[in-house]
Amino acid sequence: MHGLSFDIAHTLAGGLVLVSFMMLYQDRLYSLLNVFALHALVLALSVAWQAFIQDAPHLYVTAAIALVFKAIVIPVALHRIVKQLGIHRDIETAVGIGPTMLAGMGLVALSMVLMLRVTAEADALAREDLAFALSVVLLGLLVMVTRRNAVSQVVGFMSLENGLVLAATGAKGMPLVVEISVAFSILIAFIVVGIFLFRIRERFDSVDVSALDDYRGERR
Amino acid sequence: MNFHSFNPVAAVLLIPICSAALLAVLPGYRITARLNVVASLLTFLSALSLFVIERPQPTPYVLVDDLNIVFIVLNTFVGFTTSIFSASYIAHELDTGRLTPTYLRFYHAMYQTMMFGMNLAFVSNNIGLMWVAVEIATLTTVLMVGIYRTHAALEAAWKYFILGSVGIAFALFGTILVYMAARPVVGEGQDAMIWTLLVEHAAHFDPALLNVAFVFLFLGYGTKVGLAPLHAWLPDAHAEGPTPISVVLSGLLLNVALYALLRFKILLTVSPDAIAPGPLMVTMGLVSLVFAAFMLYRRRDIKRLFAYSSIEHMGIIVFAFGMGGPLANFAGLLHMMMHSLTKSAIFFAVGHIAQVKGSQRINRIRGLTVTHPALGWGLVVGVVAIAGLPPLGIFMSEFLVVSSTFARQPLLAIVLVFGLLLAFGALMLRLTSVAFGNPRGGTAPVEASYVPMFAHLSLVLIAGIYLPAPVVVWFQHVAILLG
Repeated sequence: MHGLSFDIAHTLAGGLVLVSFMMLYQDRLYSLLNVFALHALVLALSVAWQAFIQDAPHLYVTAAIALVFKAIVIPVALHRIVKQLGIHRDIETAVGIGPTMLAGMGLVALSMVLMLRVTAEADALAREDLAFALSVVLLGLLVMVTRRNAVSQVVGFMSLENGLVLAATGAKGMPLVVEISVAFSILIAFIVVGIFLFRIRERFDSVDVSALDDYRGERR
Repeated sequence: MNFHSFNPVAAVLLIPICSAALLAVLPGYRITARLNVVASLLTFLSALSLFVIERPQPTPYVLVDDLNIVFIVLNTFVGFTTSIFSASYIAHELDTGRLTPTYLRFYHAMYQTMMFGMNLAFVSNNIGLMWVAVEIATLTTVLMVGIYRTHAALEAAWKYFILGSVGIAFALFGTILVYMAARPVVGEGQDAMIWTLLVEHAAHFDPALLNVAFVFLFLGYGTKVGLAPLHAWLPDAHAEGPTPISVVLSGLLLNVALYALLRFKILLTVSPDAIAPGPLMVTMGLVSLVFAAFMLYRRRDIKRLFAYSSIEHMGIIVFAFGMGGPLANFAGLLHMMMHSLTKSAIFFAVGHIAQVKGSQRINRIRGLTVTHPALGWGLVVGVVAIAGLPPLGIFMSEFLVVSSTFARQPLLAIVLVFGLLLAFGALMLRLTSVAFGNPRGGTAPVEASYVPMFAHLSLVLIAGIYLPAPVVVWFQHVAILLG
């Protein structure tokens, strides 16, 4: 393992975790979308670098999908949706910023301890990558849990998927099937979500998920 | 693959996906509903032919073995009967204006796409492909649950989408970890994702990695099985979608996730140093059972009631597979089949009941046996079956689960029996109020197709009285395979 190539891969994967943290404290929808675009950009760089050092040209495709689709198309589209719906006000968080950040740190520590311990026999690059990827997944989950707004839940989910892509690229030689499927599922997920956002708007004049909470299963 | 002769696996996959494309463009609901039935029948017949035609050799993508053939045949059979039910059910929905013809076209195309996804999940030999297939099945059902676009349907679809996606994300992470564990042993690339190769070499995998992988897979696919702490999407999705979708959710989609879980469980069983997956499954199974049994008492919506009953039964099945051993595995397999058949029969009845009574609320439905005898008694038989009374099939499988547990873990058996009795009480309480007494609610005649419901119930009855010897031998074989 070359020292420099490892360091760069490490830095990029660590950068992804850092950007996940940045997502946790965004209190405006627009800035959250911008941070997500950054997240996807770092992911694209990280995947491209992995493609380079693993000598796996098919990973460049994954990197390109991340760059074009997730860093540009989706954020732009979501910007437009947010503008059309007029919901660019503050994001209502279910939990305060302080506790959220603390929980985030706990999750990162947890995934480090867990993954570094169980992957002791795997090669160093894959170990670090998996540990960081699990952190990104868990932080994405945290974003989803702490936000009430449907758009920011979707952003949380997509950052979670970014973590999965990072994990899949870190697993050396994993077939293309999975990378494409990840990208594909995001595409479908986006369509589904896009449809739902408009439907929810039609029905409730709001995309605040707490409006949905007024309706509880059986009180009809 | 050999193209010179009939290939049942290709047929099972190609018929649904081609008819989905066809259904998406065809106008007119009568023809689409019929085409849906015909396509489902053809798929079922191709699946049946797997019994007589020599099975295709495992390829990197496709595998047919003793375990999944049971699932495939059950899946296509219930898919076929549900398409008959769906044809008579959907016509009524069109009359009442809950659905428009455009949505109906979409509905039928989605129905076949979903069947494709589920069949693909069963036959795939590649754990990555299996994940993709489960994802296809999930996304199509999300779209179908939201099809009425009412307040409630949207909330249910949204919840299902979010929880299902998080679950499926965890499952993918687990799949990646399995690949990581397999790579040093099996070799890089596609080989490390082929299930048959994985099982062959699983003994040499890094046990720690495999353990963590299983925890993620269990949480991920367990969400889709509807195990207790992860079940929140299930009652809503069952209650708010069209009833044919409730049928396939309960009867089939839960099985797909369970099947994926079983495949990975076999991997862990083969690996000697990995944790036993049993205790985890036993705990989650029992929690689901007892939790759902308590929840049954507070239901006021009839579809939600049976959704919780599905959680209860999936708990029993996961518990049985968690106990392991030939007898418990046998019981689990049998219970899974019986539950699929019975629960779909119940949902067939419930769908028509909700239509004639104009409500899903339990207190608006009274005296069904008086106003609609066939429907009412069908429901009575179904509920008696699902509650586990003899001589129906579920009694037999539940008896096997309980007796094998008593022989090995008497303390767990007490919890199990407690949960079963609790659920039994709740179901009987609800059944007496719905089926008997002074009629309340609409008395309009049903334009229902009773064939699917009674076909399922008679199968359950036959299985309860006499299980044919070849089936027993087959199940015993699979039970040993499961470890």
